[in-house]
Amino acid sequence: MSVWEWISAVLILSGSALAFTAAIGIVRFPDTLTRMHAATKPQVVGLVLILIGTGIDIRHDINVWMLVLTGLFTIITAPVVAHLIGRTAYREQRHRDGLF
Amino acid sequence: MTVVAVIAGVLLTAAAVITSYRVLAGPSTLDRVVGIDSLMAIAAAGLAVWAAYSNDTSVIPAIVALSLVGFLGSAAVSRFRVRDDR
Repeated sequence: MSVWEWISAVLILSGSALAFTAAIGIVRFPDTLTRMHAATKPQVVGLVLILIGTGIDIRHDINVWMLVLTGLFTIITAPVVAHLIGRTAYREQRHRDGLF
Repeated sequence: MTVVAVIAGVLLTAAAVITSYRVLAGPSTLDRVVGIDSLMAIAAAGLAVWAAYSNDTSVIPAIVALSLVGFLGSAAVSRFRVRDDR
């Protein structure tokens, strides 16, 4: 294996481990807001790491730019979805008012 | 490369399985939206791993399509949903 393949393998494995961590957080956390937190940050970082690893692996192909486009779009739209879900969840959790 | 693809595939499959538990058992609609959004990201990651493993770049437009449709679905559901009784 060449150096590029080693870098690609490390990035893909790190991204898969982060996606697994995000799934564990989604199952284990007790609240919608904390689940949203687990579903956005490690998930997005893991997906971007996997996309970078794939782009390094297929670097002699024009489709790398579609991977770059996917990564940029994910980074742009993940905070929007997190904001919408967190806003709706915070508005509806009136039964937890005494906790804060 | 085969070992890397197998390990990544096992991790992503386990992540998809335990995320679909949250989709099935989530107490409110927002938990299911969170799970579906995470499943979309896991599916895109799996397609990217497959493209890297097989050097077959014909699945890469599907990654872009998954990202777009996942964002539209999550935004629409969390914006226009009806409050469910708990």
